[in-house]
Amino acid sequence: MATETVVKHDHHDETEGGAWDGGKRPFEVSYGKLMMWYFLLSDAFTFAGFLIAYGTLRFSSATWPVPDFVFSTTPFGGHGLPLIFVTFMSFLLIISSVTMVRGVQEGHRENKRGVVFWMFLTIIGGIGFLSCQAWEWNNLINEEHMTVTVNPFGTHVESGTYLEGDDHDIKAGDSFAKGDSYLIHQHNGEFHPLKYKTDAGVEKQQEFGPKAFGALFFFITGFHGFHVLSGVVFLIIIMINVASGLYVERKNGYEMVEKIGLYWHFVDLVWVFVFLVFYLL
Amino acid sequence: MGHKSYEESIKDVYKGLVLLAVVTLIEVGISLFGKGHLGYKPSPEMGWLLALVAIGLIVLSLYKAYFIIYEFMHMSSEVRGLRLTVLMPCLLLVWAIIAFFQEGNSWFERRDLIKQKNERSINDKKMDVQGSLIQKEETYQM
Repeated sequence: MATETVVKHDHHDETEGGAWDGGKRPFEVSYGKLMMWYFLLSDAFTFAGFLIAYGTLRFSSATWPVPDFVFSTTPFGGHGLPLIFVTFMSFLLIISSVTMVRGVQEGHRENKRGVVFWMFLTIIGGIGFLSCQAWEWNNLINEEHMTVTVNPFGTHVESGTYLEGDDHDIKAGDSFAKGDSYLIHQHNGEFHPLKYKTDAGVEKQQEFGPKAFGALFFFITGFHGFHVLSGVVFLIIIMINVASGLYVERKNGYEMVEKIGLYWHFVDLVWVFVFLVFYLL
Repeated sequence: MGHKSYEESIKDVYKGLVLLAVVTLIEVGISLFGKGHLGYKPSPEMGWLLALVAIGLIVLSLYKAYFIIYEFMHMSSEVRGLRLTVLMPCLLLVWAIIAFFQEGNSWFERRDLIKQKNERSINDKKMDVQGSLIQKEETYQM
């Protein structure tokens, strides 16, 4: 894309001297950008470790909460809308990634006002994403009572009929099939697993889902959210520096904006996989 | 890459936005289809269809990742050495995924065995004198 507009500077005469005589940049990028790439590589391995752990534990469990059932609530009382809210969150990150690219482009043209404008929009996108995540966590913790150790999202392993109802979606006499998901609701601070009768005629009650789900969800989305948060903090600092004219003096095409841009795209990149693993599959 | 005007490169960015948005919408559509929200519910017997859904989602996500790295992060204009040192190590993850999912599967199969063992040792306790339990356990090993 727009890399050709990078301001070329301090290009020494490269025909003079050998590769080991100093003054040459490995891989033809600055030290800062190269190290940002390697930091992102190591960070990618951290996230990959977490997501592979999620997959491993999911493989090891007989049942697993179905994401389109768990994540089917939206703000303003939306119910039974699978994945809608989290798709909106993904769009926020994609859009903020695009505004970041625009900021970097304006930086290459040494357009200070443009950089500040597009970075500001990027920050708004990041804060919007964090707010959505805060709402999602609040809903899971305070409304649906999922914690790191308790997972009220279960899955039926056989078909049957409910013997009692809750005050929410289930009524006594409702039937369910093998593989259907349920949420055990709380009344007055205590969980009330519903009693049901299987088609084979055995009376049972709802069981909690695999514990690991809550821990994995809060830990991995929390780790990603923390990356977004630190990204927003650094974006704000660098935006202030841009506005103050600090990078004009450096005459390197706003390379600092490029570096935070790399980090910001990486946060978007990780979300692609968190979205895939937690919500889509 | 190195000959696009400013206007052209801006256009490319918005094309990228539309592309990522469309791919994300397709992904959500495929996922909802696989879970039976779009009218037709694939039965658990149709394993091949569910596998196809999963593969489709993974391929589309990898495409998004490629697009973000190569276009937004400008990896395509970096030199070959940088591209290789950043991207090649990621191939190690292929092995990590195979190894750990295999492990998870093995835990899954062992769950039944552990359950079995638990039930059996309770029954054995009733009949056997204490101390024979450990010997009995060994016979249940895989």
